[in-house]
Amino acid sequence: MGYLDGFRVTFKKLFEERLTRDYSKHNPDPDAKAPTALRRHGRHVLNRYEDGMEKCIGCELCAGVCPARCIYVRGADNPPDDPVSPGERYGYIYEINYLRCIHCDMCVEACPTEAITETKLFEFSFTSREDAIYTKAELVVGDDGKPRQLPWEDWSDIDRVAPMTSAWMRATAPSGDADFVGRVAWSGELGFGVKEPERGQSAEEGEVDTGEADAIFAHPGEPGGRAAHDPPPGSEGHRDAGGSA
Amino acid sequence: MTDVAILATDPLLRGDIGLPEVLIVLVKTLIAFGLLLVSVIFMIWFERKVLGDLQNRVGPNKAGPWGLLQTLADGLKLIMKEDIIPAKADRRVFILAPFLSAVPAFVTFSVVPVGGGFDGERFGAIRVFDRDTYLQLADPPVGVLLVLAMSSIAVYGVMLAGWSSGSKWPLLGAVRGSAQMVSYEAAIGLSVVAVVMLSGSLSTHDIVVAQAGDGYELFGAIPIPRWNLIATGVVPFVIFLLGATAELNRPPFDLVEAEQELVGGFHTEYSSFRFALFYLAEFMNTITMSAIIVTLFFGGPAGPAWFGPGWLSGIVWFTLKLLVFLFAFVWARATVPRFRYDQLMGIGWKVLIPLALAWLLLLGAINIGRDEGWNMAAVVAVTLLVIVVAWGALTGAIDVAERRRLSTDDEEVLF
Repeated sequence: MGYLDGFRVTFKKLFEERLTRDYSKHNPDPDAKAPTALRRHGRHVLNRYEDGMEKCIGCELCAGVCPARCIYVRGADNPPDDPVSPGERYGYIYEINYLRCIHCDMCVEACPTEAITETKLFEFSFTSREDAIYTKAELVVGDDGKPRQLPWEDWSDIDRVAPMTSAWMRATAPSGDADFVGRVAWSGELGFGVKEPERGQSAEEGEVDTGEADAIFAHPGEPGGRAAHDPPPGSEGHRDAGGSA
Repeated sequence: MTDVAILATDPLLRGDIGLPEVLIVLVKTLIAFGLLLVSVIFMIWFERKVLGDLQNRVGPNKAGPWGLLQTLADGLKLIMKEDIIPAKADRRVFILAPFLSAVPAFVTFSVVPVGGGFDGERFGAIRVFDRDTYLQLADPPVGVLLVLAMSSIAVYGVMLAGWSSGSKWPLLGAVRGSAQMVSYEAAIGLSVVAVVMLSGSLSTHDIVVAQAGDGYELFGAIPIPRWNLIATGVVPFVIFLLGATAELNRPPFDLVEAEQELVGGFHTEYSSFRFALFYLAEFMNTITMSAIIVTLFFGGPAGPAWFGPGWLSGIVWFTLKLLVFLFAFVWARATVPRFRYDQLMGIGWKVLIPLALAWLLLLGAINIGRDEGWNMAAVVAVTLLVIVVAWGALTGAIDVAERRRLSTDDEEVLF
């Protein structure tokens, strides 16, 4: 048919199955939404230790590494009688401007205390510039360890994605070093405890050589190892979680 | 016939004009206007939905059931947007142009017979208020000419819009558009002549009446309707369909808009309600042109009355035939990529117009030969001979022109 072949092709499409999901906020079908990828970069949360202390120490590394310059942090000394975080300093001001954020997750990589991680929540369409700036009030997780919901955020699958907040970090912590794949090298989180390691992209357990990581954890405080801190009163050795894996 | 019959062959206007006649015409005007507007809303939805289906997408599905209200929402959005007239624009022409596009689309629809039973003795007339009238707004004796005239006026809408915008992309789109529409109008006109020749009338109603009734029988069993499609030998229909697509600036002939090259073409600078008018006119023209195709080649509302009263089945037949062509236009849009500009001009001038002329010659010769009782085989043979000679001369001329152009190009490269 030559010239008219194309007409057959398009006509056949009429009867083919649509790949498009009928995805909307108002669709009651739970399967309408595609499953969230384990390591999706969504909006951030500021995690807390299991005892409720904030993990952020106000070091501003996240703000320094941010390519979009969307993070604004100011640290302050912890009040001795009512410390916000274990240790000396805490994040006094923490703001992320989501009009600028490109969700590259470099802040998560930079964070020395796993304070900032990303949730899988990507459906937040605010209507004003003020709403776009998330402050500590919005970013710090609630007492159940789950992100605080804002009125414009769609959280229909929060139960499924809430435990997945630090998936990327847990895959290759610390600092994305492949030697740490499969190692528990992080502290517990409020509401979830010490989370299981997220296995590497395809590696089976035992295939990964964790020798170097073991050496580092055997000598905390040395270069490349973790800084030795006294655990704050009340917290049950969250720093030790990594070594005991 | 009285003097009024010059204005219309509609039986309503043959006698005295009283209050009922005026009322009937008014009601018909309102219905035609409303019907067209509603069908445009439907058409835009239909186009987007079918286009989505043809491209394995879903199409609009959020506003209203199956997205039916999407057009309404878009229209509201357009009306509420800021109306911008560029500083460099020629204000008066800029304001006038959208109406020059939209009004002809309405006027063209007024001569389309949309219903009526053509089966019996009534020839599509219905009886309202004790008066006979046709189910079309007007039936001027020059119906088909009016259609051609209106599509010519629509060219001004495109041309003036582009020219008055004071911007280069609209101007390019407008220049393309006017050249394209003028070129294809010739082919359209020639293919319409074939229909008019067979029907013996320019009135759209008479053309439909000529196609009504029992048709031929293929092999004595398969009934074929007396449509002009068959009577004129399909070729004029194909030419008209291609020409109409070009005239409507629909893909694959949408060089006037050509988003990839010209932003939005002639309506780049238009916004708000003025843009809505162009948008409206574009889809209205699609409906109107499909209706004209149905009227000229597919017997319009004529068809067997299998159900209900005759006039109702006429409307149903007309709608069904119309839908086929609306779908065909959308289908073509989903399938065929846009032509290059020289291809567009080549198809118009080197293929469609000569073909339309040749076919007209053949049909005319056969018609006259039948009337005069000449030997039909000889008539056809002589006509075909003339056509072949003319075709040879034409291709020869094109060949020579092409070679000369290529050789001058070479010289320019050399020096």
